[in-house]
Amino acid sequence: MSIKPLIGQPISRLEGHLKVTGAAKYAGEYNVSDLLYGYVVNSTITKGKIISMNTDEVKKIPGIVEIFTHENRPSLAWFDMQYSDMDAPPGSPFRPLHKPDIKYNGQPIALIVAETFELARYAASILKAEYQTEAFKTDLEANLGEGRKPQPGLATMLKPPPPKDKGDIDLALSAAAFTSKGTFTHGTEHHNPLELFATTTVYEGKGKVTIYDKTQGTVNCQLYVGNVFGLHFKDVRVISPYVGGGFGSGLRPQYQLFLSVMVALELKRNVRVTLDRSQMFTFGHRPPTIQKTKFGSDINGKITALYHEATAETSLYEDYTETVVNWAPMIYPSPNSKMEYNLVPLDVFTPIDMRAPGGSTGLHAIESTIDDLAHQAKIDPIQFRLLNYAERDESVNRPFSSKELKQCFIQGAEKFGWDKRNPEPRSMRNGNKLVGYGMATGAWESMILPARAEAILTTEGKLIVKSAVTDIGTGTLTVMSQIAADELGLPLDQVTFEYGDSKMPFAPIQGGSFTVSTVGSAIKAAGKALRKKLLKIAQHIPHSAFKGLEIEDVVFQDGYIRLKLDPSKEIAFTALIHANKGKVIRTKNFNVPNLLKLKKHSRAAHSAAFVEVEVDEELGVINVTRAVTAVAAGKIINPKTARSQILGGMVWSISKALREETISDHNFGKYMNQNLGEYHIPVHADIHDLDVIFVEENDEIVNELGSKGIGEIGLVGMPPAIANAIFHATGKRINEFPIHFDKLL
Amino acid sequence: MNDFNFYKSQGISDAVEKIADQPDAKFIAGGTNLIDLLKYNLMTVSTLVDVNSIKEDTLSETDGAVLLNAFATNANTAYHPIIEERYPLLSKAILAGASAQIRNMASNGGNLLQKTRCYYYYDANTPCNKREPGSGCSAINGYNRNLAILGTSDHCIAVFPSDMCVALAALNATVCVTGPDGDRKIPFSEFHRLPGNTPHIDNNLLTAELITGIELPSKGFEKNYSYLKLRDRNSYAFALISVATAMELENNQITEIRIALGGVAAKPWRVQKAEDFLVGKTPTKENFALAAELIVEGAKGFEFNAFKIELAKRAIIRNCLMALNPASQLPGAQPSA
Repeated sequence: MSIKPLIGQPISRLEGHLKVTGAAKYAGEYNVSDLLYGYVVNSTITKGKIISMNTDEVKKIPGIVEIFTHENRPSLAWFDMQYSDMDAPPGSPFRPLHKPDIKYNGQPIALIVAETFELARYAASILKAEYQTEAFKTDLEANLGEGRKPQPGLATMLKPPPPKDKGDIDLALSAAAFTSKGTFTHGTEHHNPLELFATTTVYEGKGKVTIYDKTQGTVNCQLYVGNVFGLHFKDVRVISPYVGGGFGSGLRPQYQLFLSVMVALELKRNVRVTLDRSQMFTFGHRPPTIQKTKFGSDINGKITALYHEATAETSLYEDYTETVVNWAPMIYPSPNSKMEYNLVPLDVFTPIDMRAPGGSTGLHAIESTIDDLAHQAKIDPIQFRLLNYAERDESVNRPFSSKELKQCFIQGAEKFGWDKRNPEPRSMRNGNKLVGYGMATGAWESMILPARAEAILTTEGKLIVKSAVTDIGTGTLTVMSQIAADELGLPLDQVTFEYGDSKMPFAPIQGGSFTVSTVGSAIKAAGKALRKKLLKIAQHIPHSAFKGLEIEDVVFQDGYIRLKLDPSKEIAFTALIHANKGKVIRTKNFNVPNLLKLKKHSRAAHSAAFVEVEVDEELGVINVTRAVTAVAAGKIINPKTARSQILGGMVWSISKALREETISDHNFGKYMNQNLGEYHIPVHADIHDLDVIFVEENDEIVNELGSKGIGEIGLVGMPPAIANAIFHATGKRINEFPIHFDKLL
Repeated sequence: MNDFNFYKSQGISDAVEKIADQPDAKFIAGGTNLIDLLKYNLMTVSTLVDVNSIKEDTLSETDGAVLLNAFATNANTAYHPIIEERYPLLSKAILAGASAQIRNMASNGGNLLQKTRCYYYYDANTPCNKREPGSGCSAINGYNRNLAILGTSDHCIAVFPSDMCVALAALNATVCVTGPDGDRKIPFSEFHRLPGNTPHIDNNLLTAELITGIELPSKGFEKNYSYLKLRDRNSYAFALISVATAMELENNQITEIRIALGGVAAKPWRVQKAEDFLVGKTPTKENFALAAELIVEGAKGFEFNAFKIELAKRAIIRNCLMALNPASQLPGAQPSA
């Protein structure tokens, strides 16, 4: 009698059709009536002050409604704190149009408001500023000596500082039979989601706005707008059901939101501000980071020393941090370890999380150094990792809630054909191409944050669940609908998930791979509460067959509550509505993480990435011809959307290792390739055979769903696996990402 | 983008007359580069004279020679049976460039008139002698990975980015133009200019002159040819180095060879001395290596592009070897000797 649970089914995205047919509306596409258009003017210098601007001249153009600059912006919240958002690092947040001071190249210095977008854009092209310039620093490498410890703050809760030193690292390194050292250089990267940043603000009357924003957090933006503009939270509604990719860039409110709302309130009009592609390069980014590793092992390949140091860029006004150096002692037990993490403040915008922040940076250094140690010890890279397998997380001295990394190695290796690898570098060939096999481990912490959800049984006996969470293209709508449907035993078409709206119950920003864990658990809790409520109502019906029963004694199936032992005893959901005097039945609940259990365990998803590369021996041209990623991430709610997530991470791994970089010119202190023609993300011709395996992993600790989250794990292990495969193919270890083919000449 | 007039021309002479009348007027065909330049405010025009109405066949044949219509698209040219059969080098080169969407729009004449892809040219807030004569060159001491190693001057190190033109240079094409003073023909090697003291002048087209066609001599080197393009991703990226080789062999001896390099200079780069050296020689790796040395003679690398000198030599050797077996035209596709 039991119906097949929807959790675990490869269900296609519910909104897929809307997206591919163009019916899904994005933030910059809400064509409300009486709309004004804003276009941002950005600073052309890197540091200094605005002396003057030719605003009077530009304002004379017919159709220009207003030009906002630091000189005429409305007065706003006084304290820096009020500009903080949920994801703000310690420091003082950037305040658009606050002062004439220029803090970075591309800083918004004016907003032109016009009757049409084209007119605003044209006016922006003739608005010129006179500046007083100052000397600036944007080059991390040149200022490496200025590294200092980051300031602690609220944001460091999710990004713990490096673990404490263990043993004596210097002694251990000098006594080690094998040592490997490396310097790893990562440049700036920009998220470049397909959808451009845009905000459409609808002015709803005094002090009240409805905002369509490109964001990864509707509530985050609601709080920000409320705080900055002194509005009641209930009068600020932020809507964002479809997000054309975020990758972290929408975790903080970006300046187009501020500008759009400011103008709407000031002019009492509806306003849209859309940033163009080059303006995508004028706010957060993945920070450049320079890392040094020194690992040592004994003669048998047992690791004895782990030293990992990273220095990263931040802005002069906020201390953005990533978890770069905490991973090695979690993955590899070592009696001696030392980890350091420093920041160099430079004249740039504050970096922001970009998919797998810290992990995709740190694991590259760790996994390439491990690969080198294994090579020196003449031990197969998988064997070397098994020899140094962490059964517990020694960095914090706790057991893992679950860890099926070994299965990732076994199943991944088999699927890939790792046994065909000749361990000798430069030993495998295909014509005049050198062939290399490389592998690496990936890890990503499984987090859970507080969230709330509402579950409603409608008068037709259907289920509505609600959360303010966004769907950044990951399949959130579909996955949450599956979770909700299973809770009430309903088919998917009887369930509606309402989301992407700050008026729905609270959800944190969507990032860190914690959305299924966080929001999914809240929905599960709300569903469970609704079941209890329905049973209670059923028990109050005269002659109820359910009197005195517990929730465990009944099943919820196809719109009925049935007795587990006698399914013929049933009551329809619609009958319960009738018993409830025809009114809907609703519950609102928080997720209830078992903090005690959580605290006692280290919780992380793991992966093993396997890569085959072919390198043209004479020309250096590199192709990733095959790759397999095996993932252990607990329960996979939807294998189809999950596979897409991992594939996306694998494509990005190729991008990170071989393609993408934001090119800086430190003479000017600016980014030079601010377009998708020159910011090289992979093209179809760069992507070949990719395969994903999900390894069975049972986890009763992480959350009630047993699901660890998979947003980042696909992008952690594969970049070093590519670098390791290139080493195996060519005998050359290139530690600077992206690896340009000319490095192999 | 500023306001401008848009004029749909009725024919070649109408278009030329319209341009000659107006300062800051420009022809527009596919617009795949020009529209970007207008949008970025790197160029302002008073009038755009649309030449797309000048519709004729993609090409015409007379006495074995082929005349490409300047207004035909890159895609129609590359896939034309005559080009595929008789001038496969040109077809391959065109298809190595841009993306399918851009090739469907871009015209043959426009391909010759592309602007450099130097980052500083596209950033109006940095000095650039090509964009603003006398302002200085930011690239020489800046980011120059994608810039020139040959024929540079102290004023400019820009690269002319076309793939198609590298093949046209190897094929000894002729550019047919018309203008207020009538028709004339420009040998391909004399069409584009090196920067010297006047980097803002890309080519020898005179004011109001319009490219009407590109003549291909009858010899298409369809037996032994190869186009190799090395770049930072496998499609939709400009060449760091590209090589077009057209070769004629008799009894395993080279009777004629043309080698043109792209991605290295402000024009497709050919060195007569190197080609002369190879004539009469056997097509061996050693001989191609000696020719490669002659081709890159005088090359000067900058901070981020010095690798191009060695890469160019290796690419020349590989491409000449691939020309012996044109079926092998992918980097690394050919098993090593």
